Amino acid sequence: MNKIIELKNITKSFDGEVVLDNINLDIYDNEFLTLLGPSGCGKTTTLRIIGGFESADEGDVIFLGERINDVPPYKRNVNTVFQRYALFPHLNVFENVAFPLREKRFPKAEINERVTEMLKLVALGGFENRSVNSLSGGQQQRVAIARALVSKPKVLLLDEPLAALDLKLRKDMQQELKKIQKATGITFVFVTHDQEEALSMSDTVVVMSEGRIQQIGTPVDIYNEPENAFVADFIGESNILDGVMLRDKKVSFAGHVFDCVDSGFAPKEPVDVVVRPEDVDIVPEEKGMLKGVVTSVTFLGVHYEIIVDIDGFKWMIQTTDFWDVDEHIGLYIEPDAIHIMKKSQYSGMFGDYSSFSMELDEIGELEEENLEELGEAAAPESEAVT
Amino acid sequence: MKSKNTVSAQHGFLQRMLLTPYSIWAILFIVVPLFFIAFYAFTDSQMHFTLDNMRKVFTYRTSQDRSMPYYVMVFGRSFKLAVISTLICLLLGYPFAYRIAHASPRVQGVLITVIMIPMWMNFLIRTYAWMVILQDKGILNGGLGLLGLGPIHVIGTETAVIIGMVYDYLPYMILPIYSVMAKMDNRLLEAARDLGCNGFGVLRRVIWPLSLPGVISGVNMVLIPSVSTFYISQKLGGKMKLIGDEIEEKYANFDFNGAAAIAFIMMVLLLVVMALLQHRATKRSVA
Amino acid sequence: MKTLSRIYTGLILLFLFAPILILIIFSFNGSSSTAVLNGFSFQWYEELFHNSNILEALRNTLLLAVSSALIATVMGTAAAVGIFRLRSKYLRAALDTVTNIPMINPDIITGISLMLMFVFAGRLFGLTNSLNFGTILIAHVTFCLPYVILQVLPKLQQMDKALPEAAMDLGCTHLRAFFKVELPELFPGILTGMIMAFTLSLDDFVISYFTSGPGFQTLPVLIYSMTKKTVKPTIYALATIIFFVILALLTATNLIDSDTNKAMKQARKKKETRKQAAA
Repeated sequence: MNKIIELKNITKSFDGEVVLDNINLDIYDNEFLTLLGPSGCGKTTTLRIIGGFESADEGDVIFLGERINDVPPYKRNVNTVFQRYALFPHLNVFENVAFPLREKRFPKAEINERVTEMLKLVALGGFENRSVNSLSGGQQQRVAIARALVSKPKVLLLDEPLAALDLKLRKDMQQELKKIQKATGITFVFVTHDQEEALSMSDTVVVMSEGRIQQIGTPVDIYNEPENAFVADFIGESNILDGVMLRDKKVSFAGHVFDCVDSGFAPKEPVDVVVRPEDVDIVPEEKGMLKGVVTSVTFLGVHYEIIVDIDGFKWMIQTTDFWDVDEHIGLYIEPDAIHIMKKSQYSGMFGDYSSFSMELDEIGELEEENLEELGEAAAPESEAVT
Repeated sequence: MKSKNTVSAQHGFLQRMLLTPYSIWAILFIVVPLFFIAFYAFTDSQMHFTLDNMRKVFTYRTSQDRSMPYYVMVFGRSFKLAVISTLICLLLGYPFAYRIAHASPRVQGVLITVIMIPMWMNFLIRTYAWMVILQDKGILNGGLGLLGLGPIHVIGTETAVIIGMVYDYLPYMILPIYSVMAKMDNRLLEAARDLGCNGFGVLRRVIWPLSLPGVISGVNMVLIPSVSTFYISQKLGGKMKLIGDEIEEKYANFDFNGAAAIAFIMMVLLLVVMALLQHRATKRSVA
Repeated sequence: MKTLSRIYTGLILLFLFAPILILIIFSFNGSSSTAVLNGFSFQWYEELFHNSNILEALRNTLLLAVSSALIATVMGTAAAVGIFRLRSKYLRAALDTVTNIPMINPDIITGISLMLMFVFAGRLFGLTNSLNFGTILIAHVTFCLPYVILQVLPKLQQMDKALPEAAMDLGCTHLRAFFKVELPELFPGILTGMIMAFTLSLDDFVISYFTSGPGFQTLPVLIYSMTKKTVKPTIYALATIIFFVILALLTATNLIDSDTNKAMKQARKKKETRKQAAA
C-alpha cells in the first residue's frame, strides 16, 4: 500500500496554547482512517492542516512524496466535507455539486454527466433542481459528499459529518459512507468524537488526546489492546486498576493474584490493569476471586449494568442476570479478560466508577457538543465520556 | 524549520486591502473633524489660542435679562424641552410599541410600515405642517371656532415646540422599544403570571426591565435630536431660541469659533448624559 | 380594554397622519392660502414642474443620494468584511466605537465638525469657497457608512464560516471565494444597507445645510430656505408627491417581501407535486 499523506513532526499552537504536539501520522491509499478523541484533542486541527486551512507552526505535510505546506487549499487534491456541510445556499443541488467542476472549467456535457452520476451514487437522483435549504439533514449531507467527491480527489476529509444527524440516520449514513468509500476507492480521513462510530467504520483508528496521538491501530486492536488508561477509558467501558506485574503472565491487583496472558514487563513493575465490564463473570460469593457488594443496578435492555464495591473500588459489570442492591457476589475473571498496560500520564485518572451516574454522563455529552461548537482549539480538555 | 504561513499571509493581505480605505476615511472624516470643533472652540479667528469663546458662553448676558447668563439659559431651556418631549414620547410610545408587539404578525407588519411612513417624509415639511395647524389663524383655531371654542395661542410657545418634537421623533421611540418587545419570550409573561404577578406586577417586574435596552436607545434617539434641533424652534417657537439655533445663527454669520464653542459644550454635555443613562441602565439590569 | 386600545391606536395614528393629510388637502387649494380652503386646483403642481430651482435641487439630491449610497455601500461592505475578520480585539473595539460616532452624535455636530475641517482645509489651500459638491458628498458618505456596515456585519455573523473555506476547498482562490460564495450570501444585507444609505442621503437636511456650498443645493436645503419666507402651497404639492412615491415604494417592497415570495413558493410547490404525480 502506498503512503498518500505523511504528517511529520507537526506542531501547532493558537495564542500560545499548544493544540498539536509533534504529530506523526502516515495515511495510506484506499484506507478509511478515523481521528478519534474528545473535543480539544486536536483532531479537527489536524484535518484542517491536511486540508490547507491552517498551516503548521513546525513540521511537514507530505502529499504523495511532495511537501505541500505552502500549497493553498484550492490547489490540493484533497476535498473536505464540513461539519455543518457548508452547502452554498444560493445554489441549487446541481450547482452545488457542479461548483468544483465549473471552477476547473470542465465542458458542459462532462459536468452534466459527472454531477448526475455523483448524485446517483449518493441516492439523490432527481433532486438536481431542489434548493439545498429544502433538503433534510441527511440529504444535505449527501450533497456535501457528492460535491466533495465529484472532482475525484485523492483524499476526502470528513469533519464530524454525522454529528448533526439523529441516531437512526447516523447509523444509516455510517453504512453508506463506508459503501461510498469502498465504491470509489478514495482515502477517507474521518474526524469524530464518537468511539462507536470510529470502531464500526474505520480500517485504522487514531486516538488523540491533548494534541498528541495516543494510539494508532485497527478497531479490534484499539479495543482489545489499549495502549494506556486514556485509550482504555475512551474506547468503551473499562475498569482500570493499579496492579503489579509479578512475573510473565502473573499479575496482582485488587488484593489477588491473577493469571493473565501478557508478558514482557520487568519483575514487580507497576502497571495499569484493564478489565472490560462484559468480561467479568458473576459467581456465588464463596467461589469468587474477588468479593463485593452490589451498590447500584441499571437496566439497559440487553443487559444490566451493575456497580460492585470491592474494597472501596467500584467496578462496573455488565450481566444478563438480575442482582439486587446490597447483594454480596463473587467475581471470576478469565486470564484473557485481563489486559496489562504500561503506566502513563493518564494512570489513576480513569476507570473507577465511584462517581458514575447516567445523568452525569448525559450532561457531559451535552457539554461536549457545546464545546465542539465553540471550536476545537478553544475548548478545554474535558474528561472523556463515551 | 518554520514554514511560511501562506493561508494566513494571504488572509492578512486581503484584510488590509478591505479595511484600509474605511480606516483612513473614518479617521479623516469622523475622528479628525471632532478635534476641529475643539480647535475652533479654543482659538480666535486668527487661529490663536483663546478662552474667550468659552468665557462668552458662560458669562454673556443680554440687556433684557441680566439675572442669568444668556447661553446658560438657552442650554437649560433646550434640555428642559428635550427632556419633556422625550418623556411624552415614552409615555405615548411605550404602550403603542406594546400594542404592536402583541398584534398578529400581519397587523404588526402593517402598523410598523404605517409608523415608518412619516419618518420617510422630510422632517422640514412635517414640521412646517404643524405651523400651518397651530398658527393663530390656522386650522386648529378654525376647528375650535366651529365648536364655539378658542381661539387659543399656541404658536411661539414652548408647548408648540414640544408638540413639534414629539411629532417628529415619536417613531424613533416606538421602533426600538417595539423591536425589543417583539423578541420578548411570551412564556416569560405567562411564567410571571403563574408565579403570582398581577397585570401591573408583570409590567413592572418583567416587561419593563426586559424592555429597558429598547427604552434606552429610544430615549437616546429622541433626546439627542431634540436637544440639538433648530428647525422646530424656528418654525414653532417664534423668537424662542435653542442651542441649535444659536449654533446655526453663528454659522450663518460666519462666527465659526463661537459656533464651535457652543457645539463643543453641547457635545460634552450629551456625552455625560448618555454615560449616565447607560450607567443607570446597567446598574438596574444587574440589580 | 379592547375598545380603549383601539381608541388609543387610532389617536396616535391620527396624530401622526393629520398633518400629512392637511398638507395633501392644501396642495390642491385654489388660493395661495395655507389656512383657508378656496376650491380645488392643480395650479401648485403645475408651478412645481415649472420651478427650475426645485427641479435642479431634485436632480442634485438624486445625484448626491445615488453617488453617496454607491460609495458608502462599496466601502462599507469591504469594511464590514474586514472588521469581521479582524483578529485583534482592541482594533475591533476601536473601529466599532468610531463607526458608532456618526450615529450617536447629533447631526448638527457631525455637520459643524466637517464644515470646520473643510473651511480649515480651504483656508490652508487659499480657496475662497471651500464648500462644494465634493464636501457634501464626503459628508453624506460619512454618515451613510455606519448604516451599511451595521447591515452587512450581522449577515457575516449569520453566515456559516465554513462557506468560504468550502469554496477554496473546491478550487476557488480567496478572492473568487469571496465573490462567488460570500457576496451572494451578504447580498440582502448589502442591498438593505444601500437602500438605507440612499434614503438617509435623500432625506438629510442638517448635515447638508452645513456642508453644501451655494453652488450645490439639495432639495431639503432648498425647502429650508423656501420656508424661511411665507410659503406657497408649491411645497405642499412637492410633499404630496414625495408622500405617494414613498407610499408606493413601501407597499411595493412589502409586497415583494411577503406576497410575491409566498406566491412563488406556492407555485414551486405545485410544480413539484405535479412532477411527482407524473413520475
